[in-house]
Amino acid sequence: MSGKNIVIRGGRVIDPANGMDAFASVCIADGKIVAVGDLPSGFAADQELDAGGQMVIPGLVDLCARLREPGQEHKATIASETAAAAAAGVTTLCCPPDTRRVVDTPAVVNLLRERADLVGKARVIPIGALTRGLQGKELSSMMSLKKAGCFAVSNAYAPMENLLVLRRALEYAANCGLLVTIRPEEPALRNRGCVHDGAVGSRLGLPVIPYAVETVAVAQTLVLAEQTGAKVHFGQLSCARAVAMVAEAQSRGVAVSADVAIHQLHLTESAVDGYDANAHVNPPFRLPADRDALREGLATGVLQAICSDHQPHDPNAKLDAFPATEAGIAALETLLPLAYQLIEAGVFDLSCGIARLTCGPAAIMGLDSGTLSVGANADIALFDPELEWTASGADWLSRGVNTPFYGATFKGRVTQTLLGGRVVHSL
Amino acid sequence: MNKSIQFDATGKLRHFLTIDGLSRELLVRIMDVAESFSSVIDQQVKKVPLLRGKTIVNLFFENSTRTRNTFELAAKRLSADVLNVNIATSATSKGESLLDTIRNIEAMHVDMFVVRHEASGAAHFIARHVAPHISVVNAGDGSHSHPTQAMLDMFTIRQCKGDFSKLKVAIVGDILHSRVARSEILALNLLGTAEVRIVAPKTLLPADAEGLGVKVFHDLDQGLADVDVVIMLRLQKERMSGAFLPSEHEYFTYFGLTGERLAKANPKAIVMHPGPINRGVEIDSRVADGPQSVILQQVSNGIAVRMAVMSMVLGGNGAATGGVA
Repeated sequence: MSGKNIVIRGGRVIDPANGMDAFASVCIADGKIVAVGDLPSGFAADQELDAGGQMVIPGLVDLCARLREPGQEHKATIASETAAAAAAGVTTLCCPPDTRRVVDTPAVVNLLRERADLVGKARVIPIGALTRGLQGKELSSMMSLKKAGCFAVSNAYAPMENLLVLRRALEYAANCGLLVTIRPEEPALRNRGCVHDGAVGSRLGLPVIPYAVETVAVAQTLVLAEQTGAKVHFGQLSCARAVAMVAEAQSRGVAVSADVAIHQLHLTESAVDGYDANAHVNPPFRLPADRDALREGLATGVLQAICSDHQPHDPNAKLDAFPATEAGIAALETLLPLAYQLIEAGVFDLSCGIARLTCGPAAIMGLDSGTLSVGANADIALFDPELEWTASGADWLSRGVNTPFYGATFKGRVTQTLLGGRVVHSL
Repeated sequence: MNKSIQFDATGKLRHFLTIDGLSRELLVRIMDVAESFSSVIDQQVKKVPLLRGKTIVNLFFENSTRTRNTFELAAKRLSADVLNVNIATSATSKGESLLDTIRNIEAMHVDMFVVRHEASGAAHFIARHVAPHISVVNAGDGSHSHPTQAMLDMFTIRQCKGDFSKLKVAIVGDILHSRVARSEILALNLLGTAEVRIVAPKTLLPADAEGLGVKVFHDLDQGLADVDVVIMLRLQKERMSGAFLPSEHEYFTYFGLTGERLAKANPKAIVMHPGPINRGVEIDSRVADGPQSVILQQVSNGIAVRMAVMSMVLGGNGAATGGVA
């Protein structure tokens, strides 16, 4: 990391982990934050960044972003997506193990980290496979994965063969001190569904994904989590009932956390009307009441994180009849602007919104990032809340343009991003 | 629903994909044009030159006999050239993408695709990606829409019953998987039908079925009480293996249309079925072939209605205003 001394002056520093919201300078030396407030005596800055009119926030921590490498480089690469992350102010990316070489060995973990380090635009934290090859049958080498640098294991979208394997996997992960992230989905109930089981899906005649696909899986997992003592995190909840079930478990002291994908806070089932394949996402967009419950869950803290659920695709993946298209949205670059819209709308306050994007997800994953504490890595984003921009063309860095928000105009944009005290993005 | 996709910039019907977003006036005009074409079909020389020089491609990704045949006959009676492409045994089975298939046939300088596909939304997708001079007519996409079938059924009801505002119509059977039912419900409501009912066990109903604009019944006798039109839907054999129903026998016992059941309806009620019929599964042979059945009239009307739709989509305003040589 760079040994440069940097001072960020004149910005509104928002660091929810330390309850801070004040105008202050941030001083960086040797890639770490050395002071927030007055300059330490004897601190000589090699570089000054003017943050006048801007917010200075911790670099965002994203609990679910797919970079497609290794194996699906026709969709995206670590280089393309970490550059997009840097432009979006995201400095830490937790990546699900369902790459086309599954992340089930230390070798793949190391490969991912080395390639990310080589590009140097963002920290990549691979999530290890819960079962070998994500087959849902045999346990992965979790201890080795942890030693290689995994903080969590997951089976991503891949089903477990049965509940006994899930129970054993939770027990073993608990024994390893690994978080288990679960995308709750009961595969038989999911069937070949692709949209919410509601009025729009009925009218369009599309195969549906009922609530029970999620709630049954949440219920089963909660019972097993409680029994095994495993630390479980639910990724990308989509419905009100699931939020209530997680809240109930938390109230009894079960070690469970949950996040929501940013687009679930904005869109509902009507987004797929007209067969818009860019709104084809799993879990599907549901009803306004679900969207509101997810927002409420963030405000009250039942959900501690907002993730991007970034899934870049090649154009072909979306060029077919709706049910034949691949699910997923390229979401990194709209993560913070869409969250800021909710803050502006008063859905949650600024400190809460930033917390759910920084220290909230970092705490879930057990990372020491997501804060501007003295001594922390200088992973920092400068966000200009007034700057208008259009999410398209040269201002769009992800290889995937598969998003219903492509071409939309946003107020608020990251102008500079620092990773370990190095400027990795500058407008 | 992207309603504008069916119309060009001047408001003329360019594609015929779904009943959703169409006006009552347009539906009436389709029926009026179809009526004028009915006389063509009775002539010695069963042709009009409205689409001479036009090329229509029947693009069937899913098997069909009746729909494809009536589309082909309708196109020929309008003097168009017809190319039948059976994709089930063609390019996509070699791994060609849907879009590539479309692009290749498009390069043969055709004017219209008549599309049948097993995926809901396929016709919309193709309409959104074809060259500007090409029109798309939906001949059935997944469980979504089968608008020409709905229109020929409306035309048949109008012939038999006249005023929709006085009618009670019951649609019976596998609503969940039925593109015919979805299109009929839209068309019946648009035409001001007094009451539209659907009758099915819960396993064969979509979520929020009432939201489609219908009264929902789970009991056939109640659903048929006093109705003027009974539309029976085909029951696919796969519904048994998919755990939607226990057996054909049980389905016929509780949801099959028998003479006894039909007696609950208005004595002058007509019986319709989009075909192909499963005799003894959803309908008793004596009803299917009985005096109240208009099933074969539906087939005949299919040609006139498809002529109307194709001529209105491809032809000039002459066709649209109903003029026939």
